[in-house]
Amino acid sequence: MDEEIFDVIVVGGGIAGLVSAYQLAKSGHEVVLIERGVEAGSKNLSGGVFYSRIMEEIFPDFLKEAPVERHITRNIISFLNQTSAVNIDYWDQRLADPINAVSVLRVKLDAWLSGKCEEAGVMIMPGVRVDSLLKEGDQYVGVKAGEDELRAKVIILADGVNSFLAQDEGIRPKQLPKYLAVGVKSVIGLPRKVIEDRFRVRGNEGVAYAIVGDCTKSVAGGGFLYTNSESISIGVVLQLESIEKKGLTSTVIFDQFLEHPAIAPLIADGELLEYGCHLTMEDGPAMVAQEVSRPGLLIVGDAAGFTVNTGLTIRGMDFAAGSALAVAKTIDNALKNKDFSQSAMNMYRMELDSHWVGQDMKTYKNAPAFFETSRLYGDYGQLLADIFYRIFHHDLTPRKRLTSVVLGAFKASSLKVTNLIRDAFFGLKSL
Amino acid sequence: MANFGSIVERLNGNIYHLDEEESHIEVNQEIAKKMGVGKLFVRICPAHVYSEETDGSIGVSYAACLECGTCLAVATPGSLKWHYPKGGCGIAFREG
Repeated sequence: MDEEIFDVIVVGGGIAGLVSAYQLAKSGHEVVLIERGVEAGSKNLSGGVFYSRIMEEIFPDFLKEAPVERHITRNIISFLNQTSAVNIDYWDQRLADPINAVSVLRVKLDAWLSGKCEEAGVMIMPGVRVDSLLKEGDQYVGVKAGEDELRAKVIILADGVNSFLAQDEGIRPKQLPKYLAVGVKSVIGLPRKVIEDRFRVRGNEGVAYAIVGDCTKSVAGGGFLYTNSESISIGVVLQLESIEKKGLTSTVIFDQFLEHPAIAPLIADGELLEYGCHLTMEDGPAMVAQEVSRPGLLIVGDAAGFTVNTGLTIRGMDFAAGSALAVAKTIDNALKNKDFSQSAMNMYRMELDSHWVGQDMKTYKNAPAFFETSRLYGDYGQLLADIFYRIFHHDLTPRKRLTSVVLGAFKASSLKVTNLIRDAFFGLKSL
Repeated sequence: MANFGSIVERLNGNIYHLDEEESHIEVNQEIAKKMGVGKLFVRICPAHVYSEETDGSIGVSYAACLECGTCLAVATPGSLKWHYPKGGCGIAFREG
């Protein structure tokens, strides 16, 4: 490659990388985006619900133009036990206007974003794996791919959850297994009409299931099911330390989830379109608290740990876009002032902290510790089912008042009052 | 219920651009055996890249890799060399 020095090199064509590149190109800077896949998106996989309001700030016609699948208006929280399920089914027309969340398939969405980047003047370089970073003194000045070197005033690492580049440089540590989780996912094709009937949705509306309990066989984590236009995204997310300790097999857990009597009918007669997996985060806040910048270098999206599981919602893509905006603003400022020092890069953290992107990370910083409670993945779901069973199972014995039913079910369970008080207190404080 | 076949059959429906020359995965058999981490790779990998051979060593079908990085995240130091396949190679998701 020649000696040209770009304004910005972005490593990685996911939402964080593409949005940063787009913003900076729109501001008139010379941006190159390097992607190791055959095209932006081809290595990317998400569960699939995108809290999309942030995208409308960047692309005002996002919902009209972008290849989104369905507008999520129904959220189902499901406590799954081996032979029972208790669901909270929340449908709300208000979620359709304004549209708040959409299901997406990343290969389609990221290809669209990549096109937007090219229109804005970003040079997209696919099929190139960045092997290392170039440094002069403390300053990061470029990237190395094979024998080729490419230089820029600022580098953005948007290389995803593994972010080997930051690890190799000693900027970020190897992440603990308890911070990470593996998502195993399948996309299952079903006709539009079947989806509408089966999930009771109309037109472009869709449903998102957050499932806890038997879907992970007591491993910390959960299951998900999202409707796309003509397919279902379904999967499990398994915290690595927990699956390691439990001695279970990821694919066995996944298959048992698909075969569960409460789940199997939802995907019946479907055609497997894709089987995939991806590493994700259980403790994004802990990872975001680590270093996210160096002179001439900024880390964005999953590479910096921007994912939050609140128990009811799992958010990553909106944080990717939000952190990208903060990075773009920081770099735009640095390029204008021709200052790429650490103090110029520190504006990124201030930008994050002044918006929901950084603030939500702080709000949910204790949530991951709460989700380590094993009672969440079995005992509580069973207790709920036991209470309902005692209510609906009329066996010709005299009925008891509801309070007695609840207390009876609680006493018969393996839960203790101290567990309940602790979990309720900790849960209320963390979530 | 929907039967999607074995994991291998499911992976066969994916698109891969195989790097014929070089595996991006290398297990240090000695360390893996000593630390017992090979069995963990076998259990945890959603693409069934790893298998336990009759002699106790760990087989690697790198062509099946979905590039999640889970094996490396749980690997004990020295037991596994794992990096992304070279540019343009490996899994190419169509849905994501």
